[in-house]
Amino acid sequence: MWRDLRLLAGDIGLVAVKDLRIEWRARTTLGQVLPFALLVLVLFGFALNANRPTLELATPGLLWMTVLFATVVAVQRSVAVESTDGAGRMLLLSGMAPAAAFAGKALAVAVQLLAVAAVLLPGVVLLYGAEVESLPLAVVASLAATAGLAAAGSLLGAVVAGVRAHQTVLPILLLPVVAPVLIAATRAFEDALGTAVVNGWSWVGLLAGFTAANVALGAVVYGPLMEEA
Amino acid sequence: MSAVRLAGAVVLLGRFPALAGADLSVDPGEVVLVRGPNGAGKSTLLHLCAGLLPLSEGRGEVLGCDLSADRAAVRRRVGLLGHDTALYGELSAAENLDLWARASRVDAAGVPGALTRLGVPERLWAVPSTRLSAGQRRRVALAAIVVRRPELWLLDEPHAGLDSDGRELVSDLMSEAASAGAAVVLASHETGPADDLATRTVTMVGGTVSAGAV
Repeated sequence: MWRDLRLLAGDIGLVAVKDLRIEWRARTTLGQVLPFALLVLVLFGFALNANRPTLELATPGLLWMTVLFATVVAVQRSVAVESTDGAGRMLLLSGMAPAAAFAGKALAVAVQLLAVAAVLLPGVVLLYGAEVESLPLAVVASLAATAGLAAAGSLLGAVVAGVRAHQTVLPILLLPVVAPVLIAATRAFEDALGTAVVNGWSWVGLLAGFTAANVALGAVVYGPLMEEA
Repeated sequence: MSAVRLAGAVVLLGRFPALAGADLSVDPGEVVLVRGPNGAGKSTLLHLCAGLLPLSEGRGEVLGCDLSADRAAVRRRVGLLGHDTALYGELSAAENLDLWARASRVDAAGVPGALTRLGVPERLWAVPSTRLSAGQRRRVALAAIVVRRPELWLLDEPHAGLDSDGRELVSDLMSEAASAGAAVVLASHETGPADDLATRTVTMVGGTVSAGAV
């Protein structure tokens, strides 16, 4: 059993490193997703008339809306990597456990989203005047939320991979599904940034549950979805 | 034991029968050429034999594995060259093959040898696959099959896009594989180097395989 788990972990790492290496070379996250996310943050500021008190109150929601938009771009890219020149067939024919392929792809997306969140958090401190009152809560909530977004995104990415108009279908499916992540991450950050009196850690529990459910579902259905694509 | 045994195999793509009751038997050591016009179902046949498409009706066995019950086991034991190369464009030839070897649980130490065998110059091993010519990418895709040393080679238009050296190389590879006891099924829509190589030729029209040799 330990040997199987070790092999599974090795395969997950193999796929995650592969996707991250591809992203590093294509510079999609660095060159497109991050500037896009920062731009959205600035535009939100304009939309709210640069009103400091309003921005401070809205900061948690605006931050996670921005990460949500970045998720759509990152997942679309993750799907495109497998569909270009039939590359996804390599993993399918290799005999690798579909659960490992799914977890590896989700892990790569999560790492990218975490990088986005890590840039956005100082961004809202600078642009919106937010103050971080509980860094541990902000870090753990970010880890749980990005994992949940990546798991749900990778799962839905596989669902739409075989659809001709998958680039437009993905946001329509993804945004409602990840609404619980948006709500829970926003509440957790309201606590972490001290903009509302809530128990942020209980919302982190909800994020962990959402992530676990999507990882479990993805591990089961990713194989048939890969074959369909 | 036959490497491939299909009886009345039907593959539906949506409602369209891409294979409409195909019968085929291929023994180890055979090189079978599947000839047919565009749209005859040759690629579908190869994808079915690779375990990539489900059998809608009929019976099928590849390398002793039931195509209705255990396609994953089939996929682990075949080598497929399709119309596309199944390479990640941003990864180099060596990185693609290394990934393939590790994911397939075969020795990645065989990668340099396979690339050399396919005539891919060492200076191109670290170049992203998108920057390689179509012919070089096809050689890398063939090298992936060499790395795995499968029991069944499934090759769709294997000579397409290759120069004369490449075509000769592919023919040599297929002969070597068959001599080593592997079964080779290759699909082609036109006459060419594959004709000299094949130990048997079957034709496909409208998703069915003709019974006898041509």
